[in-house]
Amino acid sequence: MNTRSNDFVIKIANVNGTGSASANGLLMKAIFRMGIPVVGKNFFPSNIQGLPTWFEIRVSREGYLARSGRVDIMVAMNAQTYARDLADVSPGGYLLYDSTWPRDKQLTRDDVTLIGIPLAQMVNEQFENIRARILMKNVCYLGALAALLDLDMRVLEELLKETFADKQKLVAGNLKAIELGYQYAKQHCDCPLPLRLEPMNATAGHIMVDGNTLAALGCVYAGATVGAWYPITPSTSLMDAFKEFCERYRVDPETGKQRYCIVQAEDELAAIGMVLGAGWNGARAFTPTSGPGLSLMNEFIGFAYYAEIPAVIFDVQRVGPSTGMPTRTQQADLLFAAYASHGDTRHVLLFPADPAECFHMAVAAFDLAERLQTPVMVLSDLDIGMNDWMVPKLSWDEDYVPDRGKVYSQEQLRDMRVFHRYTDSDGDGIAYRSLPGVHPGGAYFTRGSGHNRRGAYTEDADEYQDVLDRLRHKHDTAKALVPAPVVHSKKGVKTGIVSIGSCDAAVREALDILAREGTEVNYLRVRGFPFNREVEEFVERHEHLFVVEQNRDAQLKALLLLETNVERRKLTSILHYGGMPMDSRCIVSGISEALAKGAAA
Amino acid sequence: MSFMQKPRVIHSKLPKNELGLTTRDYEGSMSTLCAGCGHDSITAALIQAFWELNIEPYKVAKMSGIGCSSKTPAYFLEEAHGINAVHGRMPSIATGANAADRNLYYLGVSGDGDSLSIGFGQFAHALRRNINMLYIIENNGVYGLTKGQFSASADVGSKAKKGEVNQQPPIDPVIAALTLGGSFVARSFSGDKGQLVPLIKAGIMHNGFALLDVLSPCVTFNDHEDSTKSYAHTRQFYHPAVHADFVPQKKPIRAAYENGEAMPVELHDGSTVVLRKVSKDYNPTNRAHAYSYLHEHQKRGEIVTGLLYIDEDQREMHDISNTVSEALRDLPYAELCPGSAALEEIQNLYR
Repeated sequence: MNTRSNDFVIKIANVNGTGSASANGLLMKAIFRMGIPVVGKNFFPSNIQGLPTWFEIRVSREGYLARSGRVDIMVAMNAQTYARDLADVSPGGYLLYDSTWPRDKQLTRDDVTLIGIPLAQMVNEQFENIRARILMKNVCYLGALAALLDLDMRVLEELLKETFADKQKLVAGNLKAIELGYQYAKQHCDCPLPLRLEPMNATAGHIMVDGNTLAALGCVYAGATVGAWYPITPSTSLMDAFKEFCERYRVDPETGKQRYCIVQAEDELAAIGMVLGAGWNGARAFTPTSGPGLSLMNEFIGFAYYAEIPAVIFDVQRVGPSTGMPTRTQQADLLFAAYASHGDTRHVLLFPADPAECFHMAVAAFDLAERLQTPVMVLSDLDIGMNDWMVPKLSWDEDYVPDRGKVYSQEQLRDMRVFHRYTDSDGDGIAYRSLPGVHPGGAYFTRGSGHNRRGAYTEDADEYQDVLDRLRHKHDTAKALVPAPVVHSKKGVKTGIVSIGSCDAAVREALDILAREGTEVNYLRVRGFPFNREVEEFVERHEHLFVVEQNRDAQLKALLLLETNVERRKLTSILHYGGMPMDSRCIVSGISEALAKGAAA
Repeated sequence: MSFMQKPRVIHSKLPKNELGLTTRDYEGSMSTLCAGCGHDSITAALIQAFWELNIEPYKVAKMSGIGCSSKTPAYFLEEAHGINAVHGRMPSIATGANAADRNLYYLGVSGDGDSLSIGFGQFAHALRRNINMLYIIENNGVYGLTKGQFSASADVGSKAKKGEVNQQPPIDPVIAALTLGGSFVARSFSGDKGQLVPLIKAGIMHNGFALLDVLSPCVTFNDHEDSTKSYAHTRQFYHPAVHADFVPQKKPIRAAYENGEAMPVELHDGSTVVLRKVSKDYNPTNRAHAYSYLHEHQKRGEIVTGLLYIDEDQREMHDISNTVSEALRDLPYAELCPGSAALEEIQNLYR
């Protein structure tokens, strides 16, 4: 077999709660430090301990970050899923298993090479502690893989030392376990395999991190001071990260007091209420949540829209409906978020495609929320939020000044004859607001009940419509303020893809594959709602559009039909909604088949 | 809310407080509640209390939910910001507002429907977090705006206007507050301004969550015979256990209070509440005692009122979370953004 360097997929099947995540993370990071583009996807159960879990690492010389659909090396550590894991291996692939115990002879495949390593036996001989035996078995296969794939051992050692910098004891134990696996593989197998790692220089200037962490970092850099939340997978790590960053960077060095306030609410109804209370009172406030939490927040979201209170909500989407599959990914909250709450409501949405965009869009979300005085939702998903992605290193513009929007100062209020909260004096649909406790002249009554442009209660049809029409006008103003789409376009190409969020990696790989097959397709990735002019122009100038998204009901397509002038006949959906991150295959086949059919017709 | 403008007449002889303001400066728009509504008496007591405390009206944030009681913040402190949240969710709005700026006075006005049914969870949790605010429940045992349904505070055996008799046990906010760890628990009656005003003042100055349950009869739907939330019933079974006088920071405590049944409790800002026990055996600093006393008298059908429990040492939300003393919303951005060098440092972790 020919060698295939830096282009293969390792999948590790394990049992959750055995510490495999840290071993897998080490493997991925070591590859990254060898300069080789790599991406990891964690498929874990909604469970604490004992259920099957998989971790998939794609090594990609070309830098593709989506799944590939292949499995070249399976590390089968879970007897419960062994048969299925063996079946998952692509022809010509490898399966590494723990040969400590006898294995059923029937569980083999002619087109898969089996590699037996007595992991448990070696580890049990060397480690006394029961928990250590469980954990070290995972570190031991890491050693075996290092030998089989030609992983740079110095890099791995260095990583271990950094990871356990304050727990030196662990370094020695881990190194011992790695050595056991490494030496066994060296002595008993033909190392390295034709699939192997070769150092590159393609990861310089990049970092490897998850989206929730960077969204939290964005909140810190945006100057958010109030965070309210209720724990829900897959958004929980966002607030965990915010807290960690704040403990480090937001403590008054002299008094030791906190320049932030995090409240773990009793539920999502309260979490959004706290965000609105803080926003109404002039602080930058946010809440991270997921679909079920967003459902609970609905009433308050409508209140914030109508009373015009800034708020930032991170919806790290997971599989619905209802509890759905909490540890799987989807993009099925689009329609619901766009028009959340009863009555005529419409919201500002941002769609990050990777962790780096989570950072930038977090900052943008606070600026937009205060500029537009309305809730802004950042719709990330589990794949972006919880998996480590390779993204370009972030930089920070020291000249950045938060856009606090139209807020009258004490001086302005003092010199003003009369203040009317909901009057559009600039013609952009955005009225000036005042903050509590600043000046008596700024007082007004914030209410969810009918009000007129002066802020007074009303049940008058004209006065009510006047405010409602201005809100619509304000939402139109938002079109030019939300992030512009990312467009890859060649002149004369009449077929296009419109996609969103975490589909991006799969779409870009599909574009390359299609191009190699001679099919040129343009691409627009929406990054904000309401759609701006460029989205309108893109759908206008293409004859055939494939809308690629991760939900059953073609929600992005529905939004395009509702909010642009696109003709329905132009749009073809490519949908992926089983809960696994998307790969390029369904896009390539969807487009190829449709175009072939069109050519035949 | 009002259909006619309230005439603004300033009488030159009206007394002025230390800020040079009269009680008229603490009023709001005209009430649209029914004539004789208990809530309007509470509004008047609030005006009196804020005026006596010499608090600038615009330094107060008025919050409410939905219901007759929740309309009342429009009727006082015109120069203060108000927010009318969704039904039962005022406590979370108050929590967030307080998180953003710990230095304003927070006043929540709610009702028995708003706090004890749809908003019971938020009420309990705001109390448990000891949010620094005065939280008034204008309690009339009935849903007024939807025309006469029982609320969760209706007593067993109390009869609705249309004749239905309530069978379910009531939720008593005072008992609930005592068991949930409330740091200031009081009950009063809209018809007793002499008791109500000092309780409001003490509640505003208390460093933490002050619950003030005020029986406030609904003249339209719950003031008939056989109702246990009527003016007549409340007056008949009214049982003040402890009388509170509020003494501002600068004034010495009068000598007479130092003897007998008087018990001064110093508040966070240096002012004092002097508690005079009407019942000899009452101890307002002992939670277990307060609970059993209430229970005992409730069995006899008595409505125990007064400042029933106070613990000024219990830490409020910001004290617990160790927040800076300035309002978070006013912190300069330079103190919030770690800057580009820190971003570089952070990202080393992701290499």
